[in-house]
Amino acid sequence: MFHALANPARFLRLMAAIRPWAAGVAVLGLLSGLGWGLLYSPPDYQQGETVRIMYIHVPSAWMAMFIYAVMAGASGVTLIWRHPVAELAAKASAPVGAAFTIICLVTGSLWGKPMWGTWWVWDARLTSMLILFFLYLGYIALWEAFDDPARAGRAAAILALVGAINLPIIKFSVDWWNTLHQPASVLTLEGPKIHPDILWPLILTALGAKGYYVWLLTLRVRAEILSRQARILRFAAATDRRAG
Amino acid sequence: MSAFLAIVGRDLRLGFGAQGALLTTLLFFVLAVSLFPLGVGPEPQILARISAGVIWVAALLAALLSLDRLFQGDQEDGTLDLLAQAPLPLGLAALAKVLAHWLTTGLPLSLMAPLLALLLQMDSEAIPVLLLALLLGTPSLSLIGAIGAALTLGAKRGAVLVPLLTLPLLIPVLIFGVGAVEAAAYGLSASPHLLLLGAFFAGSLALSPFAIAGAIKLALE
Amino acid sequence: MALTVEGLACIRGERQLFTDLQFRLAAGEALLLHGPNGSGKSSLLRLLAGFLSPAAGKLLWDGAAVSEDTDAYRARLLYLGHLDAVKPQLTATENLAFFAQLMTGAATAAAEDQAKQALEAAGLTRQRSLPARYLSAGQKHRLALARLLLSPATLWLLDEPTNALDSASVAWLGAVLQAHRDRGGMVILASHVAVPLPGARQLTLPEGRLA
Repeated sequence: MFHALANPARFLRLMAAIRPWAAGVAVLGLLSGLGWGLLYSPPDYQQGETVRIMYIHVPSAWMAMFIYAVMAGASGVTLIWRHPVAELAAKASAPVGAAFTIICLVTGSLWGKPMWGTWWVWDARLTSMLILFFLYLGYIALWEAFDDPARAGRAAAILALVGAINLPIIKFSVDWWNTLHQPASVLTLEGPKIHPDILWPLILTALGAKGYYVWLLTLRVRAEILSRQARILRFAAATDRRAG
Repeated sequence: MSAFLAIVGRDLRLGFGAQGALLTTLLFFVLAVSLFPLGVGPEPQILARISAGVIWVAALLAALLSLDRLFQGDQEDGTLDLLAQAPLPLGLAALAKVLAHWLTTGLPLSLMAPLLALLLQMDSEAIPVLLLALLLGTPSLSLIGAIGAALTLGAKRGAVLVPLLTLPLLIPVLIFGVGAVEAAAYGLSASPHLLLLGAFFAGSLALSPFAIAGAIKLALE
Repeated sequence: MALTVEGLACIRGERQLFTDLQFRLAAGEALLLHGPNGSGKSSLLRLLAGFLSPAAGKLLWDGAAVSEDTDAYRARLLYLGHLDAVKPQLTATENLAFFAQLMTGAATAAAEDQAKQALEAAGLTRQRSLPARYLSAGQKHRLALARLLLSPATLWLLDEPTNALDSASVAWLGAVLQAHRDRGGMVILASHVAVPLPGARQLTLPEGRLA
């Protein structure tokens, strides 16, 4: 790990190359998707204009889950191949995923208020998102809990994998719980059935969000690599000074 | 086999002893459950309605209390090094410790729960199901909690971190466990919920030794 | 029977502790590790015990890479670190019997007998049924070292074994080490102070110079 990170030039170059493309996808996707959805898509006959918040809420939910999947995959690579950049990619992704989870929760709350008159509703999706938020927080906390970054990285990787295996089970159990406790009511934020006029803005926004995530990831991993290098150099300078 | 039983025996002796976790776990359980009538009011219908959830949540929290010490004592005095050198695979050694942990926390909690269920006016038909569900669910608590305990060995504020890491992963146990009891209270079959609890236990039993052993090896480096 | 180490390098945290370590240890031989604090003596011992992975280099037993059969390698060694691994609530006999059962799979009664014999050899017969919290530091450490008498391991890895021992106990340890080597066993030992290990080769870390 020491050696790979001492010369990460190839990765830094790769990430610098990806970055403008990711930014382009982000800008195009988000502008077109959100613009279409928020401004031009049809209002729902039941919910009226407030349904538009779905165009932020749903892609955020997808992103929160997608990023966790990426984190789990990167964690698997970390544990099997000990690749240092995979470890940093997972670490860098976590706050981004947590942020998308918060956006999903907040937009869910804002969506629910005009419809149901309450700021929070325990429907299946919001509850699963809340639990996912706790999983993200636990992962981030584990990184911060150790002085040795190598130890933190591998412990966090194990946690991410355990969480990934558990996540479908958690989702299933929350859906089950929800149907048990909400017999017939439509207390759900599922939104209208998918119609092309609604599907396309969602897809475009989701693509744009992914582009944004990749762009952000390249910046954050670069920052992690540089800060590790700085620490290595500082340490080497200190020991040289002592010996010299 | 003898090595496995030796670990269970030793941990049981330590767990039931004066410095063991048994009494504090049970006391916390009783205390936590007793707070609810004080907080919510003594109306029997309300208490009966929330009894399943309250007992399950209190059992979860009580079982988690002693988890951070599961491996820490052995790490602090060097026994973990010995366990890692033994011919017995580390995953099995960890499983032995988890078994002892369950015998000193989950099992006593499950046996005490029916008494607390009476205090909370739970439907008498549901109480045997409560016992069975807890017996099926608490092993999963110990197994998944052990993953959290092993991951946080030597971490700063490890004791606070273990519940944060473990509770989200245990939500299915809570949901199915309460579901079983409430089904019984409404006169429905609790089997689907109990089967799911059993499946979750089987899955945890199969997979968590790998995670626990991996986490312990990290701590040994 | 020989342990061979080739080109071994170790990195802890982000520090490089030693590089290109090389030595071969045959049956009956002993290796004494010297070096200032932080030079990597403990890390080398833990690496040889299989707790750490080397950053580079190879570990070979009788010419075959240890990584191909770590279980067999682990069964051949005993690592005793700084800590005594003694539970204060359990008696001296219970502590040792647990070790015997753990390492050899002996049944409870047999393990207790072996434990009693080891305690006698270590001069702790009177403390046999005392909870270990009543033992002095030196007695606890002798209890920890008594494990050497119960282990079937060939390779002994000891980190500062003479800590808290009085001179009589140090002499006893020397006799135990010699008996082990006479039987064909191998010893690698890290120590600040003099240890009775006649004919031992000396390895100074971090330079890795073998004398």
